[in-house]
Amino acid sequence: MQNEIVLTMRGICKYFPGVKALENVDFTLRKGTIHALMGENGAGKSTLIKVLTGVYPMDAGEIRIEGIDHPVVVHSPQEAQSYGISTVYQEITLCPNLTVAENMFIGRSKGRGVDWKAMEKRSGELLDSLGIPARPRQQLGSCSLAVQQMVAIARAVDTECKVLILDEPTSSLDDKEVEMLFALMRDLKARGVGIIFVTHFLEQVYAVSDQITVLRNGQLVGEYAVRDLPQVKLVEKMIGKDLEDLSVIKKHAPPAGENSVNYYEAENLSSSESRPFDFHIARGEVNGFTGLLGSGRSESVRAIFGADPATGGTVRVDGKHVKISKPLDAMKHGIGYLPEDRKRDGIIADLSVRDNITLALQVVKGMNHPISRAKAEAFADEYIKALDIKTASSDTPIKSLSGGNQQKVILARWLLTHPQYLILDEPTRGIDVGTKTEIQKLVLKLAEEGMSITFISSEIEEMLRTCSRLIVMRDRKIVGELTGDELTQEHVMKTIAGGEQ
Amino acid sequence: MKKKNSSSSGLGQLLIPLVALGILIVFNLFRDISFFSITMRVNNSGNSVLAGNLISVIDSASELAIIAMGMTLVTAACGGQDISVGAVGAISGAVFVKVLQGMGSITVSSVIIGLVLCCLATIVFKLFNGTLVAVFRIQPMIATLILYSCGRSIAYWINGDATPQLNSPIISSIGMTIPGIPIPTPIFAVLLVGLLLFLVFRFTSLSLYTQSVGINANAARLNGINPTYIKLVSFILLGVCVSVASIIGVCRLGQLNHKTLLVDIEMDAILAVAIGGNNLGGGRFKLIGSILGAYIIQMLTTTLYAMNVAPVNVKAYKAIVIIIIVVAGSPVVKSKLTALWNRIRSGGPQNAQKEGVS
Repeated sequence: MQNEIVLTMRGICKYFPGVKALENVDFTLRKGTIHALMGENGAGKSTLIKVLTGVYPMDAGEIRIEGIDHPVVVHSPQEAQSYGISTVYQEITLCPNLTVAENMFIGRSKGRGVDWKAMEKRSGELLDSLGIPARPRQQLGSCSLAVQQMVAIARAVDTECKVLILDEPTSSLDDKEVEMLFALMRDLKARGVGIIFVTHFLEQVYAVSDQITVLRNGQLVGEYAVRDLPQVKLVEKMIGKDLEDLSVIKKHAPPAGENSVNYYEAENLSSSESRPFDFHIARGEVNGFTGLLGSGRSESVRAIFGADPATGGTVRVDGKHVKISKPLDAMKHGIGYLPEDRKRDGIIADLSVRDNITLALQVVKGMNHPISRAKAEAFADEYIKALDIKTASSDTPIKSLSGGNQQKVILARWLLTHPQYLILDEPTRGIDVGTKTEIQKLVLKLAEEGMSITFISSEIEEMLRTCSRLIVMRDRKIVGELTGDELTQEHVMKTIAGGEQ
Repeated sequence: MKKKNSSSSGLGQLLIPLVALGILIVFNLFRDISFFSITMRVNNSGNSVLAGNLISVIDSASELAIIAMGMTLVTAACGGQDISVGAVGAISGAVFVKVLQGMGSITVSSVIIGLVLCCLATIVFKLFNGTLVAVFRIQPMIATLILYSCGRSIAYWINGDATPQLNSPIISSIGMTIPGIPIPTPIFAVLLVGLLLFLVFRFTSLSLYTQSVGINANAARLNGINPTYIKLVSFILLGVCVSVASIIGVCRLGQLNHKTLLVDIEMDAILAVAIGGNNLGGGRFKLIGSILGAYIIQMLTTTLYAMNVAPVNVKAYKAIVIIIIVVAGSPVVKSKLTALWNRIRSGGPQNAQKEGVS
């Protein structure tokens, strides 16, 4: 392995209003290595990439690039490219209706005219040398996603690239396509390109990477050689082990005994997005789905709520056979669902806090029974007070609230429907610690009052604090179910990471 | 900044159209105060009616105001506009005339049957548009382009190339005035449609659903709302509006001309929605804004004609004024104005503190 350093980032800081996105992060990339950048969501991976490529200005720190004898400040992605830093994003940002050659060269011609012949010849050579199965004249849209991804990489590599950033390149590829991509990555590595590889898939990291840098909560956890860091250790590093504050909240006694009654039961439930699985929850029980992102935990709860079209399975609510094929069915059977992506699936941004709180109850009551203005005001004020939502008034549009308060509004929306079973997918993501604890306490209180709750969080300690049963998922399959004494951080992480030590 | 902008969208949305209307009125006051004179005069059929520029503005804007209301709903739910309202209006008028002709005599009951049938026919055509938009997710502009281009041909097939006449006091009562009532009937039609929609919004939660679907269809669906259904409902209501407007148009002239009935009204209707401060990308809406928009457009036209601007030039002058209104209502100018207003009202340092908290 060559040891020539091509990129150094030292003491990088980036602050957003109220959030330390990156604090004093170091990162070093050597020539001809594949360097995985790992961390949970919100750990700061994307921010670090965006600082490096000039999408965000950094607040402190220093970036040095091989061949330039002074620290550089990158102002824009174009400038990053001129330093030899290219990025290929998760979503393909090329034009599917142009040819492969056009996509590789568009926007890069120096003069006014375009020499089509030369362009096609050059791209043909490049595709051949990288072993990419595409022809220059082929429409990009007719290639498979993997090939499109590879064309994007070829385009990036052709611009005298020293540093190639691959941001979640494999998330929409199947196993064979991933192998093709890896072959290309190894080839580029042999040519001396330094590759930064961002992914959520642990196996893939071990398949191609040389080095791993782990971030957590905007801070550097460490840089490791792949052979020194087994998979379980990596998961530990990513999740963090702050076992100390586990005892803050009193563990709630699991009611799960033989005499407990299941509120919801599913057998072989599957949706367009999830594989068949069995699931049940008792009255007053708090359980959780855990697993890394992309493990299928969100898809499973979406299937329960009918958010994705159901494709099979039998469902019993309160002992009776029911059919849940759309969210309204679930709502009518007393199920509520707080979605993972608040912005996309939760808030109605332009509407007031009041409208956002009363929306689900209104829908359950039906279109012909509108909640009167006075009643809506009363409901909104009640929950603004109960959940301590910080808003100027109930008339304020929800989009002007902070993330944590928006989340409380959505929580209020579901509590107002008085659900028997509430699904909370990442209710504490992007929320400050104080609010996090409040939400956890609320979950336990509601369960004591008899509500069944499924809680999903990327933070295992949070799940351990609230859940009496954890369902562990990996690669879209349930791989374990942990209760009682098995509910320890080590045990959960081992089950998440898989058998190998 | 963002917060200020959005929290002022309560009455703030109506500020620009109200100011625009105010300026038009003041301008006319200074130009020629007789613009506002209202007199009683006896019309062709021997009824005494109110006459004057102002009456004429409110009367002639009726079709536009009615269609603008429907357009607002489609815009709010689908984030796009139906450009086929004029062409489908021609079909609707043709159906109305055909039904009346088929029944032989024009009586109150035959007019009501005509109205119901023409309403149903229009709804069918609007559901065609709605299905393309809501089910097949085709952009509204493209989906409605189909009937925009072929609607008037369909109207032609229904009635042939003739311009059938409808001579009856009932027809002129609808299109002009009812004997004994000095106010033109179309004005009542606007009130009626407005009242109907008001009642629908008052006694159902359609308004909340429509706005939710328009702002975030994903979230709306996860809250149990069926976005497809809500979008179709908006097209049905637009269909009702279009059929009422087309009947007024037919009765006003006492004849059907499929080439000129409600011609070019789609663009004015979209403009009315925009002038009314409604977001053409969907979401929050205020019907009253669009109605104001319709009257502003008509007021402008009538003012220009009163100033003896040649008909060829009217559209150009109209365009200039509309540019000013639309730019004044644009988010950029609006946020600048709100910032300015806040500074005047509360002084610098206090203001800065407030923003820090939010």
